[in-house]
Amino acid sequence: MTWVLNNLGLIIELTLVHIRLSILPIMLGFVIAIPLGWVAYRYRLTRGLILTLVGLLYTIPSLALFVILPPLLGIGFLSEANVLIALTIYAVAIMARSVAEALQSVDPDVRQAATAVGYSSWSRFWTVDFPLAGPVLLAGLRVVAVSTVSLLTVGIVVGVQSLGYLFTNGFQRGIVEEVLAGVVMTVIVALLFDGALVLLGRALMPWTRAARALPASPPRVAMA
Amino acid sequence: MIEFRSVSKRFDDGTLAVDDFSLVMPSRQTTVLVGSSGSGKTTLLRMINRMVDATSGELEIDGENVSTIEPVQLRRRIGYVMQNSGLLPHRRVIDNIATVPRLNGVPKKQAHERALELMDTVGLDRDMAERYPSQLSGGQQQRVGVARGLAVDPNILLMDEPFGAVDPIVRADLQQELLRLQRELDKTVVFVTHDIDEAFLLGDQVVILEKGGRIAQKGTPAEILAHPASDFVASFIGADRGKRALSIQTIDGAQVLVDGDGNLAGRLVEAGPA
Repeated sequence: MTWVLNNLGLIIELTLVHIRLSILPIMLGFVIAIPLGWVAYRYRLTRGLILTLVGLLYTIPSLALFVILPPLLGIGFLSEANVLIALTIYAVAIMARSVAEALQSVDPDVRQAATAVGYSSWSRFWTVDFPLAGPVLLAGLRVVAVSTVSLLTVGIVVGVQSLGYLFTNGFQRGIVEEVLAGVVMTVIVALLFDGALVLLGRALMPWTRAARALPASPPRVAMA
Repeated sequence: MIEFRSVSKRFDDGTLAVDDFSLVMPSRQTTVLVGSSGSGKTTLLRMINRMVDATSGELEIDGENVSTIEPVQLRRRIGYVMQNSGLLPHRRVIDNIATVPRLNGVPKKQAHERALELMDTVGLDRDMAERYPSQLSGGQQQRVGVARGLAVDPNILLMDEPFGAVDPIVRADLQQELLRLQRELDKTVVFVTHDIDEAFLLGDQVVILEKGGRIAQKGTPAEILAHPASDFVASFIGADRGKRALSIQTIDGAQVLVDGDGNLAGRLVEAGPA
């Protein structure tokens, strides 16, 4: 514990940086995945193609991505943007499939009922389909959050500060405690994001809890 | 008045759901389309609010051809009640009822006040306004569905087997409630069902459909019962059996009625003044 106690300031600082850098790729990934997932859901023919291509993105090793992106986008190897863009790509890779599946999970009867009472397709998407897809979207977003928090540590190899610093620095200097501190803090940050998303889901989707509170009638929304 | 003139519908897969259908549905009356599955009754209903577009023929509402009306606008002025209520599970009862007025831009407060009044109209306790549909019974959900259908005070109310999924006791209750509502509100109701008893109970005009939307017979329940137009109709309405086939038997000088199953249905008395 000595190392941890002596370096508490560093650990806290890196943790805050880690949280800050994780937020943007999670949010951007979610937003970009919505139209992609919608197209995959809406047009059967493109579904396999889009989801396969997007899924393949996830198989690109992160190190390779950090090297490919800068010349492609004209940004510096060591810039934060490099890592943020790479992480956004991974987030999209996971989330696009989730969005397609989430939209698929909406009860077709409800969708048709909404059309029958006079929703236009645009307002139906945002006020009916999208919220009802919420539980499955949330499940996808939780995976994205955990994945992003963990992948961000790799950014240290191109010099972007995060909890990953504790891994490389601890390894080079042979301080096991430092590496362990890095692992533990990464897990804690991931849990923080996960917990925040669950709370956000509860606040935004009160009807899912109402359905659970009354087991007599089956819940109409698929639970995440 | 809703008028179908030689309307046909062929679906993309080639099925001819409705074949040359013509009918007038008078204003402020209940027209019941009754038939088994495949009779095209739901397709006919959905043509009225353009959930389905006719392949050929014309459909007019009060002289206005529906194909010239923008579907979303058309649907917002026609009430629609469906099986399993079709309520939005993520909206509270009050928001569900206020859905269409809100889409039409009515301020929230006003739409909610109207929704509460409608809850009284359809016999729902105002305490339920804040609940989600999943917290209501099937019968209560259907009442919310009816209230939503009435929210913009439409001239036309389309009802697609609205009481098909509730138990018989609740169904009887809802049917009586609809009759009461119709006496008060005087809407042009188009009601789809496969239950002939329900059709006879609710319909001013009953239309019995065969496959492909062919009209086997139309008329008042009394006309159809008195003179079934074909063997198909007779068998569909059960004129020759069960509780509709009544016969007179004399027991100790009094005349009693016995139904087709041999059960005592009642006693023959002098008819009162009509």
